[in-house]
Amino acid sequence: MVTSSHNRPGSPSSPAGSTLPPEPRGPRNPTGRSVPPTPASLGLSFRQRVGIWIKKRGAGPYLLLLPATAVIAALILYPAVQIGLFSFQNYGLMQISGVLPTQWIGWANYSQILHDHEFWVSLKISLYFALVVVPLTMIVGTLVGLLLERLGPKMRTFVSMSAILAWATPAVSASVIFAWLVSPDGGVVDWALTKVPSWLGGGAHWAGFSWTNAPLPAYTVLTVMLVWTGFPFIAVTVLAGLRTLPSELHEAARVDGAGPWRDFWKVTFPLLRPIFLVLALLSTIWDFGMFTQAYIINGQLGNPDQYNLGLYEYAQAFTQPPHYGLASAAAFVLTIILLIVTVGYVRAAIKQGALA
Amino acid sequence: MTSVPLTGSTVPRGSGPDLRKRRARRFNRASRRTVLNLLGLLVALFALFPVLWMISTAFKPPTELYSLTPHPIPLHPTLANFRNVFSGSVIGRSYWNFLRNSLFVTIVAVALSSLIGLLAAIALGRFKFKFRTTYLILLLIVQLLPQQALVVSLFIDFRKYNLLDSLVGLIVVYTAFALPVTIWMLRNFAATVPKDLEEAAAIDGAGAWTRFWRILLPLISPGLVSTSVFAFIFAYNEFVFALTFLGTDTAKFTLPLYVEYFYGQNSTDWGAIMASSTLFTIPVLAFFLVTQRRLASGLVAGAVKG
Repeated sequence: MVTSSHNRPGSPSSPAGSTLPPEPRGPRNPTGRSVPPTPASLGLSFRQRVGIWIKKRGAGPYLLLLPATAVIAALILYPAVQIGLFSFQNYGLMQISGVLPTQWIGWANYSQILHDHEFWVSLKISLYFALVVVPLTMIVGTLVGLLLERLGPKMRTFVSMSAILAWATPAVSASVIFAWLVSPDGGVVDWALTKVPSWLGGGAHWAGFSWTNAPLPAYTVLTVMLVWTGFPFIAVTVLAGLRTLPSELHEAARVDGAGPWRDFWKVTFPLLRPIFLVLALLSTIWDFGMFTQAYIINGQLGNPDQYNLGLYEYAQAFTQPPHYGLASAAAFVLTIILLIVTVGYVRAAIKQGALA
Repeated sequence: MTSVPLTGSTVPRGSGPDLRKRRARRFNRASRRTVLNLLGLLVALFALFPVLWMISTAFKPPTELYSLTPHPIPLHPTLANFRNVFSGSVIGRSYWNFLRNSLFVTIVAVALSSLIGLLAAIALGRFKFKFRTTYLILLLIVQLLPQQALVVSLFIDFRKYNLLDSLVGLIVVYTAFALPVTIWMLRNFAATVPKDLEEAAAIDGAGAWTRFWRILLPLISPGLVSTSVFAFIFAYNEFVFALTFLGTDTAKFTLPLYVEYFYGQNSTDWGAIMASSTLFTIPVLAFFLVTQRRLASGLVAGAVKG
């Protein structure tokens, strides 16, 4: 009874179980002579027999993975494949409502978006945005991480908790808050800029300045917002990395006459390089693929000049009339670009021991 | 262990230039600390300012919102904005309606993804099998696929299966998209439970089911708490799927969609917008502060390591 109760379907088997005497295979044990009769071989219930089968075949882990794999395959992998298929079809309003059948149209969707001026503008916006925001977030985050390491314990807790709150603020709230901060009527940013002396770029002309109606000001707001959201994660991670470094290294560098600048570039940075790489790649994926903040700050899908690649792709499908085929082609381009960065990220993460 | 009384410095006090040097050094150290603390306050101010400004705006009457000089603290604080949000004067539905939708979707999705994720995490953390590494790498990639791309295809499928304008549809999607991170983080917790414990219990005659309930689950449950916090925050904050699937039916809106819709419909009533945003945000932040110790370790383990 004890041995058989090890073998319930769907439950994890353990190495201890494998040291037990081999269980008879098959329901009736027809070759009874070769297996010494154990108490468990007599009067086995169906559940027990299934359990034995699972253990003999080593099927335990696969059964445990089955539900998760099914859900992920159905709701993430299958849609990803479907995007690829739709991108070669003329999927539109007529097709989704079933009036006309879908047809395979080869590369027509791709050639159409590649000849679309708005596509290139949106791609450029996404690229420039990532090129500005990723380094900026990394610099601010690293500086704050270095600062946190040098603060006393109470101050460190206070500052890192405040930073974590910025990170935890939902994207929708952050976007609505920043929209209010830069609002032309009553927004605090325009008010503050009118008080800044003119040699610093301030002045009365900032009164009532509208930040969200043109690409450059809108993406300036988004830059500040994404640095604000992104720096705490980098600061906290860098701090955790800094604490793994032995202090002798810094002392040795100081004895050799290195200032803080050289200490960072000659000691800290080379040792934490894998962490920086992982953080930079993750930030690139997040910032290049930004959607929610861009959607809200740019006033939903109203202004095509202000689309980044995510908004461009989304707008193809969800503005009237819908072009799901075009949207899929753009989504495929977006996904491929992000996949390339993701592969780099996965390699860096594995090198850092993510699979250990 | 006896404690050693901490006396002052054993170095004899010097005099003359030595003393002056020491004073200078002490002054330097004090001023360094002051500068660092000031920088720390500056960072905290940068991090907190938008959130504090949101809260303060939520308590301001209209006359103060558009005054020529904004004050950080409302001069005449009012609850009128919150009253508008609760009475539903804009969308015609109270905040409670959207909170209920959000909590329903989030709690069910978190429970489902924790359960399914736990099974997978046990497989990945406690078994050696052929495709283990491949599976882990696949999870890492899947987790970073852009949701605004997949939403096009999911929209078409959900339309076919009548899952649009339905909270059940959202639950299904949130469960799936919370899974990769849940599994990744839980796997580490499952792997750290010592095998000896299970073996000892097996020798004492505990079956697999007993070992799971009595040994594995209690030791993994701290991990289960932190992964569910992450899943909770993901589902509670999620916007793209909610926006796409709940397009027209305001009664079904979740909180993030409600806040965005409220802002889009009524983008001049900043007091009420900030009140709705405050009511949406503060629970997340409070939740974070309460669980932050677990999260900090989870952040490092789950995010940097994948």
